[in-house]
Amino acid sequence: MDYLLRVEKSAEHGLIDFLKFLLENDRIGGVFTLRKTGADGAFDYGLIHDTALLEDAIPLHPFMPVNAAQDLSHFASMKKPIAVVIRPCELRAFIELVKRSQGSMDHFLMISYTCGGVFPFDVAVSGEPEKELPDYWESVARGQIFPKTRETCRACEHFVPMNADVTVSLIGETVNEVCIFCIHTEKAMHLAEGFESKRIEAELESPAIETLRRERQEEKKKLFENTVIRVNGLDGMIDMFGKCIGCHGCSRVCPICHCILCDFESHLFDYEPSMIEDELYRKGGVRLPTDTVLYHIGRLNHMSFSCVGCGMCTEVCPAGIPVAAIFMRTGEETAQLFDYLPGRDVEEEVPVTVYKEEELSTIGED
Amino acid sequence: MKEPFHPKIVSFLCKWCTYSGADLAGTSRMQYPPSILPIRVMCSSRVNPVFVIKSYLSGSDGVLIGGCHPGDCHYQSGNYHTRRRIAILKKVFDSIGLETERVRLSWISASEGSKFARISEEFTGKIESMGENPTKKKVFL
Repeated sequence: MDYLLRVEKSAEHGLIDFLKFLLENDRIGGVFTLRKTGADGAFDYGLIHDTALLEDAIPLHPFMPVNAAQDLSHFASMKKPIAVVIRPCELRAFIELVKRSQGSMDHFLMISYTCGGVFPFDVAVSGEPEKELPDYWESVARGQIFPKTRETCRACEHFVPMNADVTVSLIGETVNEVCIFCIHTEKAMHLAEGFESKRIEAELESPAIETLRRERQEEKKKLFENTVIRVNGLDGMIDMFGKCIGCHGCSRVCPICHCILCDFESHLFDYEPSMIEDELYRKGGVRLPTDTVLYHIGRLNHMSFSCVGCGMCTEVCPAGIPVAAIFMRTGEETAQLFDYLPGRDVEEEVPVTVYKEEELSTIGED
Repeated sequence: MKEPFHPKIVSFLCKWCTYSGADLAGTSRMQYPPSILPIRVMCSSRVNPVFVIKSYLSGSDGVLIGGCHPGDCHYQSGNYHTRRRIAILKKVFDSIGLETERVRLSWISASEGSKFARISEEFTGKIESMGENPTKKKVFL
């Protein structure tokens, strides 16, 4: 049922007008979007009901203060629908949370866009991230990878949203002049009824998207090869995760890691003094904090198949470990075991919660 | 003189099948290597993969997980979940370049005492040929 709507305004203004239209006509209860917080270029996510506050909205700016998926699960059952403007990877992460009973799609109008990637924190909080924007939008219009975006963004091939109600087309568009909405669902069609725009006969998929996808796949291959060289075997693991300070920041910002009873936040793997003493004499030394390698392999096991590659973990790592690239790479392999793609379909079940009687015949020999 | 290598294999055995199988091997006076260090669990699905990783990183030369044959789980489906978890674990090990062969999942029923003895023998032989777990020598792990 996909169809396109065209508005002769910049993409951001067109989208803000659309959100205003939804709010003013009382079709939604609020808007969840990225917004400016202060004069110095700071930004955050906010939930907006008062249309005057939309003045500060910057829904399409290439920043990601947090992966919004866990925020959404905090208000996933409000009375009126909420329009949400998020990136494709945030949407995929939310789908993963919905599968884990952490939210529901019913109460949201999911608006996403073909994504050119986001800036790393150091660019975003430099005080003048606006300086980079003209170049960024130009490379988006040309369907090219913008070199100053996050490592994982440059290697992301799922930049066309899955499961969105509305997609704003950005890749390959002159975003300063035109705003193109792709309406995917009936819900979106009803809500958008009466919105001033021109319906056009075209498809969302375009040559620019195709080119960018190929470029990104190429980049992903390079990133994965590079990661294998850096993290390979026991020595590679120790070198890489020996830098880990054990802050668990990567799991705090991870949209998938929602377990409040995480093994690694519990005392399950605490060392008694006698255990440290034992290891001290047995091996001649002990690393502290203990078990940082265990922590990362444990997480790889528990959630890598749901990793959407948003890159938040790399962003927050104070030790500069490329956590996201490592998880993206291993995650792709573990997901492939079950033909799984995180965020593709709400109905697709998390691999570790289901099983088939006939499968994996090489694991566990008779 | 260098001491010969005697592997240590941490073994998580399901109470209903493999552990009983091991008991049967014992009561039938079958010979099997002393490398197996059995830990009885109520179901192979009780084995959190992190236990396996912890054993591996703590220097266990091998880790054996024993459960009922597929379809025979005392709790209906526990071993199917185990199979997926161990498949993921092995894939992760493979992906980061650790030795997947040190982890083994086997289906051994309560009546298969001889199979338990055979698998202990085989796995021990395999580990002996692989040598010591390299994590033993890593001090700062």
